[in-house]
Amino acid sequence: MKPAAFEYRRATAVEDAVDQLTELGDEAKLLAGGQSLVPMMNFRLVRPSALVDVAGIPDLQYLEPHDGRGLKIGALTPHRWVEEMEDPELLEGFSVLKRAARWVGHYPIRTLGTFGGSIAHGDPSAEWCLLAALLDAEVVAVGSGGERVIPASDFFHGFFMTALEPDEMIVEVRFPQPAPNAALQEFARRAGDYAIVAAAVTLDMEDGKCRSARVVLGGVADVPLRVPEAERVLEGADVGREAFEEAGREAAKVVDPPSDVQGTSEYRRDLSAVMVRRALEEAAGDVG
Amino acid sequence: MSAVGRRMGRLEDRRLLRGLGHFVDDVNRVGQLWMRVFRSPHAHARITSVQTDEALALPGVEAVLTGEDIAWARPIPVRTRTKHQLDNFLQPVLARDRVRYVGEPIAVVLAEDPYLAEDAVELIRVEYEELPVVLDARSAIEADDSRSLDGFESEAATLSMGYGDVEEAFRSAAHVVEIEVKIGRHSGVPLETRGLVADYDAGSDHLTIWGATKVPHFNRRVLSQMLGMPLNRISMKKSDAGGGFGVRGEFYPEDFLVPYLARETGRPVKWIEDRAENLVAANHSREQVHRISAAFDEEHRLLGLHDEVWQDNGAYIRTHGVIVPDLTLAMLPGPYRVPAYEGVAHVALTNKTPCGTYRGPGRYESTFAREHLLDVAAARLGIDRLELRRINLLETSELPHTRPLSTLGTDVVLDAGDYEGLLDKALDRSGFDGWEKEARELRAEGRLVGTGVGYFLEKSGTGPYEEAIVEVDPTGSVRVITGGASLGQGIETVLAQIAADQLSVPPEEIEVVHTETDLLPDGVGSWASRSTVVGGSAVMLAAKATAEKALRVATTMLEAATEDLRLESARVRVDGSPDKSVSLGEIAAACEPHSGLAEGEESGLGARRTFSVDHMTYPYGVHLAQVEVDPETGGVEIRRYFVAYEVGRAVNPTLVEGQLVGGAAQGLGGALLEEFRYDDSGQPLAATFIDYMEPTAAEVPRVETLICEDAPSPDNPLGLKGAGEGGTVGCGAAVVSAVEDALGMPGSIKALPVSPSKIRALLRESDRAGSTAAEAASFSS
Ligand SMILES: Cc1cc2nc3c(=O)[nH]c(=O)nc-3n(C[C@H](O)[C@H](O)[C@H](O)COP(=O)(O)OP(=O)(O)OC[C@H]3O[C@@H](n4cnc5c(N)ncnc54)[C@H](O)[C@@H]3O)c2cc1C
Repeated sequence: MKPAAFEYRRATAVEDAVDQLTELGDEAKLLAGGQSLVPMMNFRLVRPSALVDVAGIPDLQYLEPHDGRGLKIGALTPHRWVEEMEDPELLEGFSVLKRAARWVGHYPIRTLGTFGGSIAHGDPSAEWCLLAALLDAEVVAVGSGGERVIPASDFFHGFFMTALEPDEMIVEVRFPQPAPNAALQEFARRAGDYAIVAAAVTLDMEDGKCRSARVVLGGVADVPLRVPEAERVLEGADVGREAFEEAGREAAKVVDPPSDVQGTSEYRRDLSAVMVRRALEEAAGDVG
Repeated sequence: MSAVGRRMGRLEDRRLLRGLGHFVDDVNRVGQLWMRVFRSPHAHARITSVQTDEALALPGVEAVLTGEDIAWARPIPVRTRTKHQLDNFLQPVLARDRVRYVGEPIAVVLAEDPYLAEDAVELIRVEYEELPVVLDARSAIEADDSRSLDGFESEAATLSMGYGDVEEAFRSAAHVVEIEVKIGRHSGVPLETRGLVADYDAGSDHLTIWGATKVPHFNRRVLSQMLGMPLNRISMKKSDAGGGFGVRGEFYPEDFLVPYLARETGRPVKWIEDRAENLVAANHSREQVHRISAAFDEEHRLLGLHDEVWQDNGAYIRTHGVIVPDLTLAMLPGPYRVPAYEGVAHVALTNKTPCGTYRGPGRYESTFAREHLLDVAAARLGIDRLELRRINLLETSELPHTRPLSTLGTDVVLDAGDYEGLLDKALDRSGFDGWEKEARELRAEGRLVGTGVGYFLEKSGTGPYEEAIVEVDPTGSVRVITGGASLGQGIETVLAQIAADQLSVPPEEIEVVHTETDLLPDGVGSWASRSTVVGGSAVMLAAKATAEKALRVATTMLEAATEDLRLESARVRVDGSPDKSVSLGEIAAACEPHSGLAEGEESGLGARRTFSVDHMTYPYGVHLAQVEVDPETGGVEIRRYFVAYEVGRAVNPTLVEGQLVGGAAQGLGGALLEEFRYDDSGQPLAATFIDYMEPTAAEVPRVETLICEDAPSPDNPLGLKGAGEGGTVGCGAAVVSAVEDALGMPGSIKALPVSPSKIRALLRESDRAGSTAAEAASFSS
């Protein structure tokens, strides 16, 4: 469990990081918190020829209002900062991020791991990836060709595969729309483990009716999976257990999750139904 | 106040908590090379070629060794006495023409640093012809898969033991209950992985080794034979250890390779196992299937027990031989009155990591099988599960109770005990009635809460002997040298406490040394909850002999009669003459040759003693659990957990509690989380800590304990019974008992660990059955 040899570089600014990536070629990788990359290197599952350490780049750690009602998060913001978010203005629309943060690994991992790193890593059950997909986040990346903004719906391509080019660095993740009725629920056998199944939802409600909803599942496919079938069940339905259960059942019906040591496909389908219902309950305000 | 019985923190912690401990990875020798093992990626294959030139050509690589290079090396011998012929099944140091599990060592590299060594291993080219794999013990035996194992019989050994007329017991029974259960493959996974450093001095033909634990003296003997070196040319040095649990410290292939290569190359060699290796290379344990049945009379008294066990032993027989199935059978009847018993164990070889002992070997398994059987029987017979146990527990008047069984080379004689008394105390102290009442109330609200029990009989204090030296130097400093080993269990503290009382010296001032074969060339080691019981008794004898010598010598120094002398606060004093006394240090000085004060005595103040014991001693206890099952996720939360344990005498209650709580953490891991699973091709699926799920602090519940000292062992001077394993042994039983109670489905859980996925499957099935029943009911009405 010792990594293969690699060259180590440190970047002082985003442009510097991009220049170095360009110079070093496709086999080079950025190093942020190291909480996903380093274990994979130790197992020699990845063998970057060089690492460009971006952890020291200043001014990329922040949670700030974006364009009026939105939120923007600097790529190097540690998970822990999200967990400790206190600004009432931001919390009003984005408390779901704070509530979900506790599910991200363990305390030391949350202290070192970064928001941008999680998005770039693209694990289909990572909380930030699910919430990015749920809330139509925008990923701001800088590469040798300049800056571009990638909508989350185009960003996740498969297990650990994203729209990023090898010379691109994520600098920011933006959440344009507040989501006061959003929630993430998940189940794992141990605290800190990746979820076996996670469900992230938003509800738009009026007069006890659900105007529209979003349902995204993690742990059941190779990307954060939107489940329009479950969303349709909710549209126009009375807010309440009956509709939530129905949405859960619908989600369980359409997913085709893998079996592994954590549980069978059938088990994951059961969990999908439960997690969707629980998340909807939380989003509706039934559960704290 | 006597030191024995005192609660005190571990003396070891003075250095460990300040970062001053020395673990094997802290040992670095000038000019050392790092060893790295090339391991089989296949579960079963013929090796057709091994090419090492590319690896050797890598700058910084000193040597590459393959099985062919040491074709003369004997396979690794069995450590424990056995009457079974196991020679054909032993593991070679390096595989030559065939590999039998993923992780089996094929070659090793020596390089200047561990990174290079790992690079070099990737350059070794091995060609294989893959062979069919055997992954299930029972079907392997039933199908007689010996052909696919090629020369290996799938059943390496069959053990049977028993007594009484079992057939008659079952024939005449009013009730017979049979179940089949499986215990999952899991193991002790110490946070500190294995490791070894060896340094060879060619000038004096002497090997010095760091990193041996558990059985250093035994490993030294094996090494001496395998290397053809005299015993006293090999020195094992002590180090701290981050856990052992039965797994770490046994003689593995690396334990030969590291010293051998140090001697061959003339350079120190260091090897530190990494976690990925540890999970496939170090012993696994526990994997057994039991088909167990009980015969009861009208009054629910046990007439007989029968158990047939299939043990998946992995690819080879390792140092433990067949001790796990042996203990499984010998301990199966537990604390109950069982007039007739027959146990048969089939030890099967499969293409998985070989198995050995793990904390509570055989007892975790048999306790689960038997206690689960009793729960199921209670449900079927319509009798309270505690009542069923009470009816069948041996009574105090029936002890000592000799069972016509033997294990570990000794007869099973259950020594002192009050089994029902302990149960009463445990129920009372835990408030178990309240737990049950609460569970009933919560169930009435629709929640799945239940309580469970696991009564167990333990064994400890395995002989045949242990050695100890006590020395006092002329400054008065006391040193104890034991043949036991430290695995982090606190043995230094406990042995210091025992010596302290004899010498009237505070335990804090006594140094305890272990694993130093130059200081004490013989010892039996630390396993089977024996170090305090047997090792402690040896220390007591040696300390006592030292005190007696001090008094003898003091008679001359103080010109007083022995009757008038007493040892107090590290001084020998004369009764009635407060100003007449000598310190232990002064006596030690007097014991030096030419002092003229210790005529006829051997030089030095101290003694070496051996404590021998024929029989083991049998502690016992009960685990109680209250759990809640989440019907939607299948998750199990342990709401309450309680362990009561009879220990004879607790030398240090705090450390006994630590053993019980730590033991429970591991036992609960095996009950709910930990499992080494394999895919159909024999690839391990739990090869990291993501998939091999040890419980973390968040999953381990608060464990309440009750230490009982009601039945001191008659077999040793302090009345001690071992405490290392009782915290683990009852967990599988208690958890399953509670989960089934919560579900209201006795007998539904057939295997450990109880995963959420399995619980959901059960509930889904019962939902389906329930709805079919409801449909049927609505049709018929
Ligand atoms: C035991 C354990 C449990 C965990 N549990 C969870 C969990 O439950 N949920 C969860 O979401 N995560 C979990 N994680 C992962 C953790 O959240 C990581 O912090 C995160 O996935 C990666 O962030 P990082 O900053 O550490 O990135 P790194 O490990 O440094 O990098 C990860 C990848 O992203 C790339 N990268 C990093 N930053 C950027 C950037 N700004 N632009 C472009 N590419 C970049 C790197 O090149 C690399 O390929 C766990 C980790 C561990 C070790």
